[in-house]
Amino acid sequence: MANLLDFLLSSDFLFFVFSGVAIGSALAMVTRKNPVASLLFMVATLASLAGIYVIFEAHFLAAIQIIVYAGAIMVLFLFVIMLLNLGHDFQQDLKGGAWAIFAFVVAGAMAGFLARQYGGIEALPIYQNAQGAEVIDALLAEQGAVGVMAHPLFGDYVVAFELTGLLLLVAIVGALALAKRRV
Amino acid sequence: MGTQLLTEALVVSAFLFVVGTFGVLVRRNAIIMFLCIELQLNAVNLSFVAFSRALGIEGQLYVFFVMTVAAAEAAVGLAIIISIFRHYETVNVNNFNLLKW
Repeated sequence: MANLLDFLLSSDFLFFVFSGVAIGSALAMVTRKNPVASLLFMVATLASLAGIYVIFEAHFLAAIQIIVYAGAIMVLFLFVIMLLNLGHDFQQDLKGGAWAIFAFVVAGAMAGFLARQYGGIEALPIYQNAQGAEVIDALLAEQGAVGVMAHPLFGDYVVAFELTGLLLLVAIVGALALAKRRV
Repeated sequence: MGTQLLTEALVVSAFLFVVGTFGVLVRRNAIIMFLCIELQLNAVNLSFVAFSRALGIEGQLYVFFVMTVAAAEAAVGLAIIISIFRHYETVNVNNFNLLKW
């Protein structure tokens, strides 16, 4: 009994639970007709991805994923769907015929290509020389989940970080200019 | 943590990416196509996080930047969709083909 409990609480098992939820709700999201239902399935996908991030010890990213993605961005989508009153026009939404065949071919080709790439990825040279998870665990224990990201972010990557702020400013101004009736 | 779960995470990520691509290709609702693009971004984020477990913290920084770009893209894209809706009274991509060719 204790073994079963250990297994159910192990990160491996939780990883497969979260993966199953993510894949299932991603499929549901693509196939639902109602945009609101689609969006709620997307929120479920994002939340289970946050769970997977926790399993990979990316605690800060998991929090950001919930707060920014599942919180802010998805609420923005929901707000636009409600603003445009799209919840209940059930006209045909899926492209049919040649488009569906083309989409299946593209998806199949991509899946095949990725499957070929992923065969034996852990045997690659970069993985043989990798620093390994222990280094990151030590860093996490020393600096905490936020500090481990903040130190490189405000050190080596500070230019990219400041440019990100500029990008957000441009996006805000652009969104306002586009959505306003008369600027 | 016992095993690394790297290959499993990459398979999940690849599957989510393919589902996102499929969604962009078959749906007609512009907002849902947009959601599928977000799903693709998230699939790539999952790959980054899985790789960062063994290869260093930089992977998580890239995820941070991808999330910022996704937020900016969502704001601008939804503004474009609102202004298109104001003009055509629909978000069905069959009804506007101004930028198609």
